[in-house]
Amino acid sequence: MEKVLEVKDLTVSFDTYGGKVQAVRGVSFDLYKGETLAIVGESGSGKSVTTKSLMGLIPSPPGRIEKGEINFEGKNLAKLSDSEMTKIRGKDISMIFQDPMTSLNPTMKIGNQIMEGLIKHQKMNRADAKKRAIELLELVGIPKASERINQYPHQFSGGMRQRVVIAISLACNPKILIADEPTTALDVTIQAQILDLMKDLQQKTEASIIFITHDLGVVANVADRVAVMYAGKIVEIGTVDDVFYNPKHPYTWGLLGSMPTLDSTEEELVAIPGSPPDLINPPKGDAFAPRNPYALKIDLEQEPPMFKVSDTHYAATWLLHENAPKVEPPESVKRRMKGFAKTGAAPAAGDKKGDES
Amino acid sequence: MSREKLLEVKNLKQYFKSGRKSVVKAVDGLNFDIYKGETFGLVGESGCGKSTTGRTIIRLYDATDGEVLFKGENVHAKKSRGELKKFNRKMQMIFQDPYASLNPRMTVKDIIAEGMDIHGLVKNEKERTEKVHELLRTVGLNKEHANRYPHEFSGGQRQRIGIARALAVEPEFIIADEPISALDVSIQAQVVNLMKKLQKERGLTYLFIAHDLSMVKYISDRIGVMYFGKMVELAESDELYKNPIHPYTKSLLSAIPLPDPDYERNRKRVPYDPSIHDTSEEPEFREVRPGHWVLCTTKEFEQYKAELENK
Repeated sequence: MEKVLEVKDLTVSFDTYGGKVQAVRGVSFDLYKGETLAIVGESGSGKSVTTKSLMGLIPSPPGRIEKGEINFEGKNLAKLSDSEMTKIRGKDISMIFQDPMTSLNPTMKIGNQIMEGLIKHQKMNRADAKKRAIELLELVGIPKASERINQYPHQFSGGMRQRVVIAISLACNPKILIADEPTTALDVTIQAQILDLMKDLQQKTEASIIFITHDLGVVANVADRVAVMYAGKIVEIGTVDDVFYNPKHPYTWGLLGSMPTLDSTEEELVAIPGSPPDLINPPKGDAFAPRNPYALKIDLEQEPPMFKVSDTHYAATWLLHENAPKVEPPESVKRRMKGFAKTGAAPAAGDKKGDES
Repeated sequence: MSREKLLEVKNLKQYFKSGRKSVVKAVDGLNFDIYKGETFGLVGESGCGKSTTGRTIIRLYDATDGEVLFKGENVHAKKSRGELKKFNRKMQMIFQDPYASLNPRMTVKDIIAEGMDIHGLVKNEKERTEKVHELLRTVGLNKEHANRYPHEFSGGQRQRIGIARALAVEPEFIIADEPISALDVSIQAQVVNLMKKLQKERGLTYLFIAHDLSMVKYISDRIGVMYFGKMVELAESDELYKNPIHPYTKSLLSAIPLPDPDYERNRKRVPYDPSIHDTSEEPEFREVRPGHWVLCTTKEFEQYKAELENK
């Protein structure tokens, strides 16, 4: 598969009054053409900071990329100047933000907001840009697009606004699309529509998508590969099947266990005890060790390297070391690993009379 | 099986004026009961009126029409301060946003003890401190936290403080309005486990309002589905998930993403089209199966019953 982006040992920190926050601590991953890579993790795990670095959106000061490379089309994005980055941002790499209420300019007609990028990056004239803007709105499923381009954001509903944001991000045919929690602010039924739309558009445009979310249900829906982040590091990465059906890292077990299943009868959810560490003084050894019931002695001393599980699957936990004791994931996680919707409790498919044609 | 009704909501309406002429019917004729000791889940999309329902029940708003009976007494008929105070003690609320619902200028101790002070539940400072420490322990914090301010806590910890505050006046009924939506997944499980534990220990009754259907299913005994100010379906949780009848419920259930890639690859979303409904008469809330209610017309009622039987 063709590699579009290569991130190597990315380290980002922020200076605060309390000290230096090490938000991202050596993240490496590749992104292939046409795939969707989901990055999951809790707030503060560094998933948004990682993707903001790719876009050159780390405010400096207080933030800075301390080391690492972001290789894209022969250039190291981490080293580019602001003006060079401006040529890439919105053109080759674009972003969909979480909140469609705040990411659009309320005083600009949405047509102009879509045309802005086309005129700047593609050097189109206004008439062509307008034509393309209408095409884009139709593409993302907004009816009466030629009338709607003259309207303002407040005249659109939340789901429709997110469609406009997606249209803007697609305007210049980006090679990489970064979606930072694009559906978190939306209702489930609208979320389902937007996810379907994104998958559909990806097939048409062959863009690679980096999808940030904390919702594992959404991950299962959109992702080809998944990276699980904790305390500024990727702790497990693999195909969506690797991570959901054969998770190796205790943190991934915890995440899967803390979501109730629709057919669950268990008395208690498997909660991860405690809260994420302070990244001003990250703990010695494995950052997850204090919350990890399976922690070994070495976890408190030394950070685990990435162990290879298969060609596609890697996890950073000492449990994968050959000398480690054999540990089984908790029962409820094992049940999920078998695929819990198969028990037939979930409705959805099947019993609807008027199946959509 | 006759269970004691703790709360009865009868034809509850809550309208808001919007502009000079138009009226928003946020809640439009709700009828449901909540039994003692159960968790009643209320789900629906944003704007469907589920939060307004909770807020009207606890009298943060004055109802436009209808009655809310708590232990047989009409909440909205009470007028005098004394009566209201008595009622306020029995019913408490946990809010969605733990960052906005705690006064940043008060210590955790004062936040938790405020209700006890108002209701005169403690005699002296020593007892007050002891009570607060005990409550902090109950919700999984410790007594060193008492003299700190809200900003020193994480979201999950703040939500625990909110729960301790609600418990301080020893209520029987707690309305939890999206109590976990603002929290991370791993912390959500902690808070839900805590709420379940407290319910068991203290015999609490919950009204749990949320849009995360899998969590609602997990915590609730019965679930009501709201759509545009009306309740469209009400049933025991398992029944609702296994045999949804109303097209909107079906659509809502089909939209929940599950953390299972195989299932997601084969999932079919069912869109909801309100125009399929029979409009020959005003729909009413009818019981299609014991305990399973759905909003429908007479014609739809027969059709739904047949559908359930053929399952």
